[in-house]
Amino acid sequence: MHVPEATPGRLSRARRRHLFRLLPVLPSVLLLGLFLLAPVAWSFYASFTDVALSGKAAREPSWLGLDNYARMVSEPGFPLALWLTVVFVGASAIVGQNALGLALALLMARGNRALARTVGTAVVAAWVLPEIVAAFAAYAYFSRDGTLNQLLGVAGAQGTDWLYAFPMAAVVLANTWRGTAFSMLVYRAALAEVPGEIQEAALMDGAGGWQRLRLITLPMIRNSIASNLMLITLQTLAVFTLVWVMTAGGPAGASTTLPVLAYQEAFKFGDIGYGTAIASVLVLIGMVFGLAYVRLLRGAAR
Amino acid sequence: MSPSPRARTTARKGTTAAPLPGGRRTVRWATNAALAVVGVSFLLPLLWLVFASLDAEAGHATRVPRQLSLANFAAVLTPELLFVPLFNSFLLAAGTAAVTLLAAVLAAYPLSRHPSRFTRPFMYSVLFGTSLPVTAIMVPVYGLFVQLNFLDSVPATIFFMATTTLPMAIWMTRNFMDSVPREVEEAAWMDGASGMAALRTVVLPLMRRGLGVVFIFVFIQAWGNFFVPFILLLSPSKQPAAVSIFSFFGQHGAIAYGELAAFSILYSLPVLVLYTVMSRGSGHGFAMSGAMKG
Repeated sequence: MHVPEATPGRLSRARRRHLFRLLPVLPSVLLLGLFLLAPVAWSFYASFTDVALSGKAAREPSWLGLDNYARMVSEPGFPLALWLTVVFVGASAIVGQNALGLALALLMARGNRALARTVGTAVVAAWVLPEIVAAFAAYAYFSRDGTLNQLLGVAGAQGTDWLYAFPMAAVVLANTWRGTAFSMLVYRAALAEVPGEIQEAALMDGAGGWQRLRLITLPMIRNSIASNLMLITLQTLAVFTLVWVMTAGGPAGASTTLPVLAYQEAFKFGDIGYGTAIASVLVLIGMVFGLAYVRLLRGAAR
Repeated sequence: MSPSPRARTTARKGTTAAPLPGGRRTVRWATNAALAVVGVSFLLPLLWLVFASLDAEAGHATRVPRQLSLANFAAVLTPELLFVPLFNSFLLAAGTAAVTLLAAVLAAYPLSRHPSRFTRPFMYSVLFGTSLPVTAIMVPVYGLFVQLNFLDSVPATIFFMATTTLPMAIWMTRNFMDSVPREVEEAAWMDGASGMAALRTVVLPLMRRGLGVVFIFVFIQAWGNFFVPFILLLSPSKQPAAVSIFSFFGQHGAIAYGELAAFSILYSLPVLVLYTVMSRGSGHGFAMSGAMKG
């Protein structure tokens, strides 16, 4: 964040007026500095110490160097959580929300108007609901005598206790259900910008549906696709409540993603140092995607 | 009250859906069938909430209640179970939205009206700020709150939540402000109004739809936020509905599914209404254009 800094000594009138004009930015800069930048900086610092929730290490933490990071590599918990986070983001965001959102937007542009509006409302409802309510609903849906198993029973198939047997599949589907609306709205807006004449011209040239989609529509909305992929990746990286309510990361860590692991280490086991080390890795991953997103938008703005 | 040029363009283009050529009935039928299947799948998990809330003997299963009953609603309509947590949710969400909007408008004004060499780097830093995974920084934020003695403080929690939504809000507000033409403002300057007075009397009224979108957007996010108050607010008397519902039903949920569903519905209603108001007033395209435009 840029803090406009006054150089000591005399300032020219124009420069002073210029700084005065920037003054209204100050509250935002202070808030972002205190509540966003400072915690991130402290996180990186604390990840090199053994600071704890209580006891002696809470009052006077000692410097550990890279011990916390070495522990990440040597203990099985972290590599598993990293892998599950990749699976979670890949399956629920990049494949699930993105592909389903695009498919819905395309279908809605072609389908019956009233039906499209109703379906849009149903998809958006899952997204607008408070996260904890969505998580409870998903928990009930996948539980032993929940709706999914009822449906399977009607179809004559034997259900299972999804939250124990396939916890990752359950949270991936739940997050797809919850988050698809965002991609759908992004793609609806993007498709509305594709001029109808180009589609019609391609139709005249005898291009089929798939060809038009692949050769015309998708290339024309590729900036929206890229932005959407970045944003849903970042949103999904940060998902905590959904997983926490549905499985609490279990059984035996089988659905523990990085945010859940950081929470458990810091608050359940009281090891703030190790918790912040995991949080720092998560922040770094977020920063990589954030930088890519900024570069992308900057390229589009030129 | 004329809609912004951008919203108008989106609306016009949205209505010119290319008509399908004749003889494509099968495609159209398959399209509608696929839409219906997706719509039903998305509604199924919500169906349980509605049925269970009206069923005094609800379990995990989705079933039409044998006897419609409002007993679950009656059971949760008590001050300590519903009203105090909902009031706390309102306090947090309205406070967060107000602080965010105030800071964002102040910041957006010079960024939109007096561009300088700071503007672009600042805007891209802000955009970068939107990408920080907030759940990842909750561990260090907890540490910070302990250090500053902010733990269990509602105002401090409001300021933190406002900060997490601020980058997106600054970005949206500046885009909305950019669409207000400079000329109307210059006329006010001619009449002797200062920059801040022109902002208040001319610019803000013209972008009130945009401001409404930002306010509701932040309010909905804050209202539904579970993790932040879960970590930062410790006294039950200060906790919002998201946290109280979790701690109450986390312990008693095994028996009180119907009450859980009833509570969930009452807690969700305000944001469903707000979202409807926002999307009816402005359309998704309008809100999205504020958020996504570079």
